[in-house]
Amino acid sequence: MMRPDSPRTAAANPPVQPMETNLTERDLIRRSATSSLPPPERQLTEVAKLIDVSKCIGCKACQSACIEWNDTNPAIEENVGVYTNPHDLTADMYTLMRFTEWVNPETDNLEWLIRKDGCMHCSDPGCLKACPSPGAIVQYSNGIVDFVHENCIGCGYCVKGCPFNIPRISKVDHKAYKCTLCSDRVAVGQGPACAKACPTKAIVFGTKEDMKKHADERIADLKSRGYANAGLYDPPGVSGTHVMYVLHHNDKPHIYADLPDNPRISPVVETWKGVTKYVGLAFMGVAAAGSLLHGILGRPNRVTEEDEEAAEELVERKPEARV
Amino acid sequence: MTEAERIQPGDAIHIGPPLTVDRYGPAARANHWVTAASLILLAISGLALFTPSLFFLTDFFGGGQNTRMLHPWFGIVLFVSFFVFFFQLWRANLWTRTDFVWLSRIGDLIAGHEERLPELEKYNAGQKFVFWAMSGLILILIVSGVIIWDQYFADATAIGTKRIAILAHSVAAVLIICVFILHVYAGIWTRGTLRAMTRGSVTGGWAWRHHRKWLRKLAGQHRVGPAE
Amino acid sequence: MTNAWTDIKNTDLVVVMGGNAAEAHPCGFKWVTEAKANRGAKLIVVDPRYTRTASVSDFYAPIRQGTDISFLNGVIKYCIENNKVQWEYTKAFTNASYIVKDGFSYQDGLFTGYDEEKRDYDRESWDYVIGDDGFAVVDPSLQHPRCVWNLLKEHVAIYTPEFVERVCGTPKAKFLKICEMIAECSTPTKTMTSLYALGWTQHSSGAQNIRAMAMLQLILGNIGVQGGGMNALRGHSNIQGLTDLGLMSNLIPGYLNIPTEMEENFGSYMSTRQFKPLRPGQTSYWQNYKKFFVSFQKAMWGNAAQADNDWAYDYLPKLDVPSYDVLRIFELMNEGRVNGYFCQGFNPLLAFPNRAKITSALSKLKWLVTMDPLETETSRFWENHGEYNDVDTKSIQTEVFQLPTTCFAEEAGSLANSGRWLQWHWAGGTPPGEAQHDTWIMGQIFVRLRELYRKEGGAFPDPIVNLAWDYKDPGEPTPEELAKEINGRAIEDLRDPTDVTKVLVPAGKQVLNFSQLRDDGTTLSGCWIYSGNFNENGNNMARRDNHDPGDTGAYLGWTFAWPLNRRTLYNRASCDVNGKPWDPTRKIIEWDGTKWSGFDVPDIAPNAKPQDVGPFIMNQEGVSRLFTRGLMRDGPFPAHYEPFESPVDNVINPKIRGNPVARVFQNDVSQFGTSAEFPYAATSYRLTEHFHYWTKHNRVNAALQPEFFVEISEELAAEKKIERGGWVRVWSKRGSIKAKALVTKRIRPLMCDGKAVHVVGIPLHWGFIGAAKKGWGPNSLAPFVGDANIETPESKAFLVNIEPTTPPSEVVA
Repeated sequence: MMRPDSPRTAAANPPVQPMETNLTERDLIRRSATSSLPPPERQLTEVAKLIDVSKCIGCKACQSACIEWNDTNPAIEENVGVYTNPHDLTADMYTLMRFTEWVNPETDNLEWLIRKDGCMHCSDPGCLKACPSPGAIVQYSNGIVDFVHENCIGCGYCVKGCPFNIPRISKVDHKAYKCTLCSDRVAVGQGPACAKACPTKAIVFGTKEDMKKHADERIADLKSRGYANAGLYDPPGVSGTHVMYVLHHNDKPHIYADLPDNPRISPVVETWKGVTKYVGLAFMGVAAAGSLLHGILGRPNRVTEEDEEAAEELVERKPEARV
Repeated sequence: MTEAERIQPGDAIHIGPPLTVDRYGPAARANHWVTAASLILLAISGLALFTPSLFFLTDFFGGGQNTRMLHPWFGIVLFVSFFVFFFQLWRANLWTRTDFVWLSRIGDLIAGHEERLPELEKYNAGQKFVFWAMSGLILILIVSGVIIWDQYFADATAIGTKRIAILAHSVAAVLIICVFILHVYAGIWTRGTLRAMTRGSVTGGWAWRHHRKWLRKLAGQHRVGPAE
Repeated sequence: MTNAWTDIKNTDLVVVMGGNAAEAHPCGFKWVTEAKANRGAKLIVVDPRYTRTASVSDFYAPIRQGTDISFLNGVIKYCIENNKVQWEYTKAFTNASYIVKDGFSYQDGLFTGYDEEKRDYDRESWDYVIGDDGFAVVDPSLQHPRCVWNLLKEHVAIYTPEFVERVCGTPKAKFLKICEMIAECSTPTKTMTSLYALGWTQHSSGAQNIRAMAMLQLILGNIGVQGGGMNALRGHSNIQGLTDLGLMSNLIPGYLNIPTEMEENFGSYMSTRQFKPLRPGQTSYWQNYKKFFVSFQKAMWGNAAQADNDWAYDYLPKLDVPSYDVLRIFELMNEGRVNGYFCQGFNPLLAFPNRAKITSALSKLKWLVTMDPLETETSRFWENHGEYNDVDTKSIQTEVFQLPTTCFAEEAGSLANSGRWLQWHWAGGTPPGEAQHDTWIMGQIFVRLRELYRKEGGAFPDPIVNLAWDYKDPGEPTPEELAKEINGRAIEDLRDPTDVTKVLVPAGKQVLNFSQLRDDGTTLSGCWIYSGNFNENGNNMARRDNHDPGDTGAYLGWTFAWPLNRRTLYNRASCDVNGKPWDPTRKIIEWDGTKWSGFDVPDIAPNAKPQDVGPFIMNQEGVSRLFTRGLMRDGPFPAHYEPFESPVDNVINPKIRGNPVARVFQNDVSQFGTSAEFPYAATSYRLTEHFHYWTKHNRVNAALQPEFFVEISEELAAEKKIERGGWVRVWSKRGSIKAKALVTKRIRPLMCDGKAVHVVGIPLHWGFIGAAKKGWGPNSLAPFVGDANIETPESKAFLVNIEPTTPPSEVVA
């Protein structure tokens, strides 16, 4: 019997019957540091979480649900004069409301931009590209990018590979953590915990197609309220994401706590994981092979008897040296 | 006398027979092998993280987590040991005019006509190149390595800096491995060299053949060690 | 709430003023986002701070705290002047046409009859002219110069946009923009909802803030309609239940009154509670007062309450003062006149103003019992916590008993939400340690006390030894037993008055609802308004049918709403005089020629002809009141008064300090500060991350908002050289606190009466116990003054000073 494909929307009542997990090894379309991944047996429907920044009231219910569901224990920090708490994503805080006070130069009105930060689940995930450890980062055919902690070595390459600066390495177990899009919930037909907890449906979850349609409605509403540049943030630079934003000012994403305007995997990272790897291996290979060949084929530079004699002669010509 | 021409403490002739010349003392040799070992460990552990096809090398260190944890510490060891080395050797490795001449005739060397090359002090241009390349690359590697040593310095720099650092680290690592190969091979190809780092001395003939000026100077300045 | 949370989705305009719905009621706020997303509704926020609600608003305007009446009277004036009035509604459903007595007037900021010494009004003239027929005289043409409408016009005349700007600091253009947006809702097909909370109540003119908006809503025709109403967002999942069940010193359950000492017997008590209709044919539902009262007495004392002892009227305490509210109790405690205190589910050391006074009062008690699921600061008031609670423990002799109770998730029962829904819930966990249900604790204490009274007698043991206590386990009444008692039952067979052979309710059975309650002692009911909650159909509060015919948001099958499962109060007013909905797309009920029916329980007798009976059946007039007669102590119309501590004088009459009849104790007068000494206008509020003083015990909430802070503008920070995230000292005449500074663009100085007023925002979730960092609350600074009508403390507007400082010594250590 064909199991029902994920996803369900978070708003819908989830199935109450226990369900077998819907995300397995066979659903992987990418696996870090693995060149020969067998093609998946089936193609799951692409899912997405849509975060409507214009509906978000910054209540942090998503953060709280995330902590509860993932059973993390973020530190009780100090107040440093902002509402953003903890002050950054941590290995115990996979999602974070970032608050920005922005004065709209066109209207001179203050706007308090509140963006829920976290993993964007890129279609072209920089973290996965950067990861050196086979199978530590995987991507399912529904678009979810997940960290497999038993394979994680804690090198932090994913942090450098990520165009959004999301993963964080735990100081406790030295493994990388980030939003999993609640892959464990989605696998059994539930939406992500944050979407479930969001009181205003600013976070909704469903198929990517549905989410885009929903976003269109929201954008139309925002345009009717005077936000001429309202739009969907689904950046093509990373081939789209599975966490998308509805932004009132989609022409300048950076005002939302430095959301990248045109995110892409950094060219530095591309160079590092691309040309450097191949050229580097070639260099080292050539050096080693060259030496070897020369060693076998060439004549070694030997010291001759004459040399020894010459040396002795030199030293003997200086008898005072023996004193 | 230039800095490069100064005789290093510990260098001395032993009349023998056979005639030998002290090139490296026990401390220097120990240090060399610490440096060498850490460089080899660094290369293996680093390559394991450099490309997935070599990830299996992490098994030598007890898995990826350990490899990730140990690699920077190897780096610290390398840096410290090389640092000591550096201050012992930098003077003797300063570039001289002779080095240009020597280099311009490198073809003769490879062809087996070393006698056509000028007489040398303790180091030839190739050795000096290895020395300075190592010095520069190790500096790059230690600085970039610390930047990406997230276990302790994750918050010290921005991601952009880290990305550049990791690229620089990779490129420098490739280069240092190449230099390393060159160094090792040169040591093997030039027979009689290895004992300088094992026993600490070379034969008189070796010194005559490769570093005649150095030998002359030792002989001229009565640098003769106690008879064994 | 007149309406339900779910009804907010039907609105066209949400005005959040005197509250911060998104921040303090995030779950309920979902209905605002529904209205915005699905109806294109607009959201207006008026607040001293740009709040989280403002962050999703369509329009925001700043206002100086405590000046809402000026703002709202200004809007009323704008609507009247620009003919933005729902005329048909106003004429038919309000008392606009009622003629007021000649003696009534308003001058120099005072209404007729003020007695400065008593700080009270003689309210005799604040009433209608009563005709020879015993009914109020009206002029439906609204031409009479003394009709309510013309008096109202006159009263709001001074509240021009310029006046509003001068007093409130709201820029004129922004004020006018809001007026325009609100005025659009005067058409019968557009409605506006008002969402408010403690931002309106915690003022010395708190009740009048709400009245001003209620009046505006009435002239716009927005009361009783879908998506309209006056919606008080209660600050606690069951605070609505607290007032419903009469947990006020002057109330008994169901908004009946505790007698005063002037009402020596039942006859004199009932004489002022006849509530005859003031217009012909009106319902005046309070005419049933006696049924509810007698049923309550029967619930309390059973057989001991009989006709011949006036239903045990003498068992009830008699008030010698208008009320023993919290402020008064602490005043008496501080005077050494209260020796023992049961503090159940309450943390006054952080909740009530002038913490120094609260500490002093608690220190004078012989004993204090705290009942709480959590460790509270109140139960630890005697413990020295350095700067955070700097008390001399040795000098405090109060004996403290801490009784751990279960929390809401560990017990069954009902919670009455803001929309009056009684929602039954079930225990989700077992209580930890020695925690016990509150009902167990109360039951155990009661049976022991009763035993003592039985043995030892006393001055008047009757009310205690005769208390009806027929629970299965006297030591612990169950929630179901209590709920059934509240619903009420027949003591004898209830027969149909028109056909005595017909038994409507057999003896011992639950009554259907309060319509079956009687004043002859044959029924009992613990709280008449709740009656219907647990009848012979079962526990209606436990119903969970979420069908919503007509998509009105009524959800009649979901739990039980009082009264009679009615979701929108005054819903008869959603129809015109002939009983047809003002807006057919938003029908709640309608008159089909013979009866009322629709999607909600009609708030009118089902067969009452629309032309005859007015929609406001609880009022003697049958209509709503733009002019409240003498029912409010501080005036029949809302008038502008400054807070007791204000940065500017009252521009109407600079001699008037605060609300002239607000609750002030003589001992506290010397503790008011002046703007010369304390130049900054402080206000207090809640943050989404926390719930009062509870969640600071929770690591998750504590991580999300870890440490006490105050919010100030960039301008004030620059002036005072205060750094973002640096320590500041904030002090008032009553206390001093230290906090981190949150410097923000969301607060800006307001220009009021020609001077810049800086606002200092002080959230209230921190104390000296819990997982979060130690801190203080605004109550260390707030003044001990209460609203004129309901004694709510003025925690939203007071004066402070501020300066940069060093961290508390504990933080340094």
